[in-house]
Amino acid sequence: MTAKHRKTAICGAMLALAVAVLGAQTARAASAVDPQADFKAFRAYFTKRFPKVPLNDFVNGPYSMDAGLRKQWIEIDAFPPYQFALDKGKQMFETPFPNGKTYADCFPNKGVGIRQNYPYFDAKSGEVVTLDVALNQCRQQNGQPPLDYSKDDMAALTAYMAYTSRGKPFDIKIPNDPRALAAYQKGEEYFYTRRGQLNFSCSSCHVQSAGDHIRTEVLAPALGLVAALPIYRSEWGGMGTTSRRLTSCNSQVRAVPLKPEDPLYRDVEYYLSYMSNGLPISGPGARP
Amino acid sequence: MCRFAVIRLAALALLAAFATSALAASADDFKTALAKAEAATKAAAALKNQWTTTADVLKAAQAAASAGNYDQAVKLAGEAEVLANASIAQAKEQAADWTKAVIR
Repeated sequence: MTAKHRKTAICGAMLALAVAVLGAQTARAASAVDPQADFKAFRAYFTKRFPKVPLNDFVNGPYSMDAGLRKQWIEIDAFPPYQFALDKGKQMFETPFPNGKTYADCFPNKGVGIRQNYPYFDAKSGEVVTLDVALNQCRQQNGQPPLDYSKDDMAALTAYMAYTSRGKPFDIKIPNDPRALAAYQKGEEYFYTRRGQLNFSCSSCHVQSAGDHIRTEVLAPALGLVAALPIYRSEWGGMGTTSRRLTSCNSQVRAVPLKPEDPLYRDVEYYLSYMSNGLPISGPGARP
Repeated sequence: MCRFAVIRLAALALLAAFATSALAASADDFKTALAKAEAATKAAAALKNQWTTTADVLKAAQAAASAGNYDQAVKLAGEAEVLANASIAQAKEQAADWTKAVIR
């Protein structure tokens, strides 16, 4: 073998090695996102940590963690504070738009008993669509201005739609689409990332400190956390959507919140809803 | 002897007066401090990791400048810059560290 041939052979070998290393890294990155494995670990963590809590009771958040609080909730639920929102939501849902169509025309099964399928990954837009976003899309399709994502009418509409879905198990799908997996992973990353001057992540409260107290409040476990939304919060003196819950959490740790229904917030809801697959919808809920 | 003491005292008084006027911040000092704080805040916003406290302190700095209190304004703008830089450091650290908290 001449010196020239030897040099070419060495270069070729180095190139092949570089390609192999790059290929291995890509394969590792792709296999790193494993929603099913995450789901199993997530479920096991909470059920082992709280063995006395029945699985479906996790959707009741702080009431599944504290007997005294649960008694108060049962008393409160005789006259639920979200009732006004529920009545308003039903009326809004059934009132036709000026073009004669209704919200029911925008959804499968006329919008009844479908909350458990949201959020979903929309292959056309490449984004996660929450129920709140789908409702505003419906309004826009019918020539109506979008609703505020945080409270009031949006909370009323989602409260009614959740109510018609009570007891139905979460059935969130993550299609084998790199964009869906990326959205799922972004949601997971947001959930575990510390932020704000207080250096808290969502998981600091709802995983590590689930069941503990922050002042008088009992921290809800992340498992089933989204099943009760939207909620009436005594602290707010009114109803709030998932967006309101997330922006409020961000502000409490002194982080500037994202805009309601920011794609990242939708990804977080996607992640948490997938983690709650199989658990029943319990919304609208009432929380201290 | 006494004359020397008086001269020394006068020199010290002059020096103190000069030092005080040199320490007082100006509108230009505030502009410089504000620009630095705003640049850091912008970088934190690009990382989607701003702190509410940064915005509050920056607002207070601008209010102090509007009231003509440039010493306080410069001090607060500096604080805002420190807070913004801390939020940037947090974002960079968390970009890798978040995975350590994931339930496995």
